Amino acid sequence: MPRLLRDSWLMFGSQFRVSMRNSVWLFIGLFQPICYMLLFAPLLKNLANSPGFPKGGAYNVFTPGLMIMMAIFGAGFAGFNIIARLRDGVIERLRVTPINRLAMLLGIAGVDILILLVQTALLVIVGLFLGFRPDAGGLALLFVLVLIGGLMMASCSYAVALLVKDQGALAATVNLFVLPLLLLSGIMLPLSLAPDILQNIAKANPFAYAVNAARALVDGHLGDVAIVQSFIIFGVLAILAVFWATRSIRKAAM
Amino acid sequence: MTTARGVNATHRSRPDEHQRDNGDKREKAIMATTAMIETHGLSKTFQARGKSVEAVRGVDLEVRAGEIFGFLGPNGAGKTTTMRMLSTLIVPSGGQAKVAGYDLRRNPAAVRNHIGYVSQQGGAEPVETGRENLVLQGRVYGMSHRDANQRAKDLISRLDMDAFADRLVRTYSGGQRRRLDVALGIMHRPQLLFLDEPTTGLDPQSRVRIWDEVRRLHDDGMTIFLTTHYMDEADGLCDRLAIMDNGSIVSVDTPTALKQRIAGDIISLGLDVQNGAVARVSETLQAQPYVRELQQTKDGLLLYVERGEEVLPEVLRLLDHQGVPIRTVTLARPTLEDVFLRLTGRSLRESVENA
Ligand SMILES: Nc1ncnc2c1ncn2[C@@H]1O[C@H](COP(=O)(O)OP(=O)(O)OP(=O)(O)O)[C@@H](O)[C@H]1O
Ligand SMILES: [Mg+2]
Repeated sequence: MPRLLRDSWLMFGSQFRVSMRNSVWLFIGLFQPICYMLLFAPLLKNLANSPGFPKGGAYNVFTPGLMIMMAIFGAGFAGFNIIARLRDGVIERLRVTPINRLAMLLGIAGVDILILLVQTALLVIVGLFLGFRPDAGGLALLFVLVLIGGLMMASCSYAVALLVKDQGALAATVNLFVLPLLLLSGIMLPLSLAPDILQNIAKANPFAYAVNAARALVDGHLGDVAIVQSFIIFGVLAILAVFWATRSIRKAAM
Repeated sequence: MTTARGVNATHRSRPDEHQRDNGDKREKAIMATTAMIETHGLSKTFQARGKSVEAVRGVDLEVRAGEIFGFLGPNGAGKTTTMRMLSTLIVPSGGQAKVAGYDLRRNPAAVRNHIGYVSQQGGAEPVETGRENLVLQGRVYGMSHRDANQRAKDLISRLDMDAFADRLVRTYSGGQRRRLDVALGIMHRPQLLFLDEPTTGLDPQSRVRIWDEVRRLHDDGMTIFLTTHYMDEADGLCDRLAIMDNGSIVSVDTPTALKQRIAGDIISLGLDVQNGAVARVSETLQAQPYVRELQQTKDGLLLYVERGEEVLPEVLRLLDHQGVPIRTVTLARPTLEDVFLRLTGRSLRESVENA
């Protein structure tokens, strides 16, 4: 265990320095959430009065959804970095050392999740200025949910990246899966507005539960069953994804 | 080539070489107990798009503790694949190996603790400085922060990297990167160091620098296993050589012994092989008592002869007599290049170009 923590920390430190030096990416990463809040959220404001729209005001509906979206999208493309490191031979060099393989994953994912948390925090701050009024305890739990979701998506992204070994192929694969997940999650527009058939399909989408849970959390409905459901679903999927990604790192070769 | 000769000279003066060349059976038995690498039937078949590639076919190898062992072979011979198996990066498809005293399949973790590996492409993180790379490497092998920093500092001055150690690696020149790669490989003072083409693409000065370091590590008692395409490197640096071609080891011996297998000299004749007379003249030449062996190449003939300088005029007279026009003539003592040609029927340079 100490070895796992130590190695994760070492890996995190190295990856953190690397990410901080790629300032362009960092800037784009932070610019995105602000864009959504300033350019997209106002459109929803007028919709908020239509029948079927969840109660709580446009920003209380939209902000938690966006936070989940950041976890799907932001972390979904985390695999790009690992392809670069694979190409540069960094992964193979580390694989010859006794470094713990799970620690390699956790260290790299740690940085991607840290960036994700900063992005979501930024989202919340901008939201607060515009009229977002979350429940404090619920919001804290929502950050935990975003963290678990981010770990799951980032791990899947690493595993796919190590499988396809090509940035273009990774982008195509991630888009292929992420777009339907996103549209059927009720993030952009609430699923309560959707026809029954789509609502039924959405029941198989883990992110739909997460979005419901996120909205319940910011509204302070901590007893809502969607919250427990989404934590269990994300938790189990995250463990499976971490297992998958660690296995891929163990064998990663160009 | 002066550098190569310099390398040769130091190598020849090594006192233990003679002993190694003439190792008797008893000595071999003792050596065997201190084998750093031992493989039996090691093989690797890759599956790529439905086709299978036999990259390594049943390699039996013994690398002794403390020696510099070289793998010489053209592109695609399987050198890197063998090294990647021995350094636990890929799992062999068949055979056994013991590396640094541990079974490769049963205990890869123990193997990792005792080896250093410098891959063909290197593996430094480009967006970190050389020093940051070194410290992380040391830490990953369990060094404390202080020890790792100290060791990094020592290696930076030892390998003459002070001028660029604190710059991002992506700004390094090829030679600077290669020095960092070697430093990364020896950061934790491994017993056994793998170097995959340590000097390919470097200028003569940088190559000599790497050679000097390899020799210094050897003097400190490290076992070094390297691959190369370069004859001078194989000849000057290695205690023993394995010549590899097409996934198999063709021959293993000291560079001197390998060259001695081709006794005498080599006369190479540039001829128009399309000319029917060549076939006739080679029969005649073969019949001469002084010709030990004759080989037809794509642009002429190779004659392995005794006392080359004496028989050369005779050979020329004979060709002239048969009316075969001669384009070029060279007389040479055997080099490893010739050994390679003799063992595989192809010249090393030719196979590198065609790969
Ligand atoms: N991952 C792989 N998948 C499929 N084939 C491979 C793979 N790795 C190597 N090969 C094939 O195995 C053979 C041996 O390759 P290897 O890299 O070991 O050669 P090498 O002796 O190191 O050559 P070079 O001097 O060019 O470095 C080649 O034919 C190569 O194409
Ligand atoms: Mg190679």
